[in-house]
Amino acid sequence: MAILTLREALNQAMSEEMERDPSVFLMGEEVAEYDGAYKVSKGMLAKFGPMRVVDSPISEAGFAGLGVGAAMCGLRPIIEMMTWNFAIQAFDQIINHAAKMLYMSGGQYKVPMVIRGPHGAAHMLSAQHSQCVDHMLVNCPGLKIISTIDPADAKGLMKSAIRDDNTVLFLESEMHYGRSGEVPDGEHIVPIGVGIVKREGTDVTLVAWNKMVLLAQDVAVELEKEGISVEIIDPRTLMPLDEEIIFNSVRKTNRLVVLEEGWGVASFGCHIVDRVVKECFDDLDAPPERVTNLFVPMPYNERLEHEVMPTAERTISAIKAVLYK
Amino acid sequence: MTQKLSNQLLVAFYKEMLLGRRLEERVGQLYVQQKFSGFCHLYIGQEAVSTGCLNAIRKGQDYVITGYRDHVAPVVLGMEPGVMMAELLGKVTGCARGKGGSMHMFSEKFRFMGGHGIVGGQVPLATGAAWKIKYNKEDLVALCFLGDAASNQGQFHEALNMAAIWDLPCIFIIENNKYGMGTAISRTCSLTTLADRAKAYNMRQAVVDGRNVVNTYTQMKEIVDETRKTSKPILVEIQTYRFRGHSVSDPGNYRTKEEVEKERARDCLVLLKDIMLNQKAAKEDDFEKFEEEIADKVEAAVAFAEDSPEPELDELYKHVLV
Repeated sequence: MAILTLREALNQAMSEEMERDPSVFLMGEEVAEYDGAYKVSKGMLAKFGPMRVVDSPISEAGFAGLGVGAAMCGLRPIIEMMTWNFAIQAFDQIINHAAKMLYMSGGQYKVPMVIRGPHGAAHMLSAQHSQCVDHMLVNCPGLKIISTIDPADAKGLMKSAIRDDNTVLFLESEMHYGRSGEVPDGEHIVPIGVGIVKREGTDVTLVAWNKMVLLAQDVAVELEKEGISVEIIDPRTLMPLDEEIIFNSVRKTNRLVVLEEGWGVASFGCHIVDRVVKECFDDLDAPPERVTNLFVPMPYNERLEHEVMPTAERTISAIKAVLYK
Repeated sequence: MTQKLSNQLLVAFYKEMLLGRRLEERVGQLYVQQKFSGFCHLYIGQEAVSTGCLNAIRKGQDYVITGYRDHVAPVVLGMEPGVMMAELLGKVTGCARGKGGSMHMFSEKFRFMGGHGIVGGQVPLATGAAWKIKYNKEDLVALCFLGDAASNQGQFHEALNMAAIWDLPCIFIIENNKYGMGTAISRTCSLTTLADRAKAYNMRQAVVDGRNVVNTYTQMKEIVDETRKTSKPILVEIQTYRFRGHSVSDPGNYRTKEEVEKERARDCLVLLKDIMLNQKAAKEDDFEKFEEEIADKVEAAVAFAEDSPEPELDELYKHVLV
């Protein structure tokens, strides 16, 4: 067990997989000579050379499409997007090509590719650099989607993602690349589609992923002082979703709050609530609540930005609402 | 200019092009008879492009990808016509198990990477195939077909740039049939020679006659061999014409009768027949035999497709994920 930052854990996962499998390569803007815009690929060029750690032009659709084609021909690309905001340029490749190739070719062409990068807001990056796109992508069959900032989970899930024969989208967080945690050495695999109970509790189920897990943990500590016991579920993978871990928790607590970054209209939280209402209707003692971004583009001003993101105050209110407190 | 090809090769080309032509005519009939639905973009008029290019490569080894006008290319690569026809009819015996349809023919066996419906979206995929060739140090090339209007898409330009900076063995082939759907390319692109787009990427370029298959094949052979040897990409504009509308439902009102008639006079099949008669590669009555032979093949393909079963409902959830 070593203490690694998120960026080191991701680096370790990619490097170990590239050592194990020569068909794996990393491509993206600034990944090679610059060591990665966020230094996730630091040192990898020196280790693997320029055919396997490749600086791309600023052409997200182009190099995502290159990844699709290379994967169809037997390579296993890791495509780094400097941010998922830029990946919107490549949505045609992700949605129209990567996600559908296996299906529309009748099972002949799989696309074993990972597309990864930071997701959601960082700090004062304004409207075009602070978006969440997970709810847009999770709507499309044929993709797997992982969203995590936990270093150990990131390592284990990245290794699974690289070995997976499907296109896996991997959502990280810019603000948390430097955040440390214990990470098992070597062959540490976390299976895709398996959630985790981040904190056990009895009064309310709080589902949160990526950086919202940290807010959930802060809120849980705060509410404990008031005698409210919060159970935090981190699905880690949005697609396929570990529904059972959520259902089991709701069956115990009888109350659900989903805490998610991003706009709340037709969001992934809506889907979770839909599934819980359908499968756990008789277990619910209150209508589920959701905490999301406010439905506005991200403003630049720090105070406004803070207000747009899910806050501890709004999360606590939501939890108290389902507890009728 | 025209080089001489062997009689045997000319006959083979003629039969191959005739098969493409008659298959597509039959496909058009089946569509009008409502034997299948969806979109249907016919290749009629452009057969010399497929035959000229795909006989210049190593079939089944070199990679090939194209847009949605994709019924003929896989057959030229070696796919049974019935398997293509079955796909059109949505049958489980089709080359994509009835899940792709007219615009999404695929064959991993023949390294035919599809059949793509987003204009220009397939171009970066071709650079991916070429990247794999370079990555694994293989003696292969990737062929990417696209229409004239697809060269207005951003992804086309991104792909050409990548192929150029990384020296990828990729041959980008613009099949210039003069129209993007109903809009003349002269109205949407300020260049008169589309191959000139290569200049922006310091890339080799070529303009190829796509009506005379002997020229198409000869020029493409040279281009393919050169690309294989140098691993440098090239942008090829092949000048051709489609006699039918953009799709079966398009009456083609945006072009004059005179224009179409003028083009029919240099129909690739007519030109090749002339060459064959001149070269004594075949006699007039041989062509009747070719027609009969091809008609049998076409009808066998239709019969196979019509007799094939539909996919079962349990096929629905197969192949969403591996």
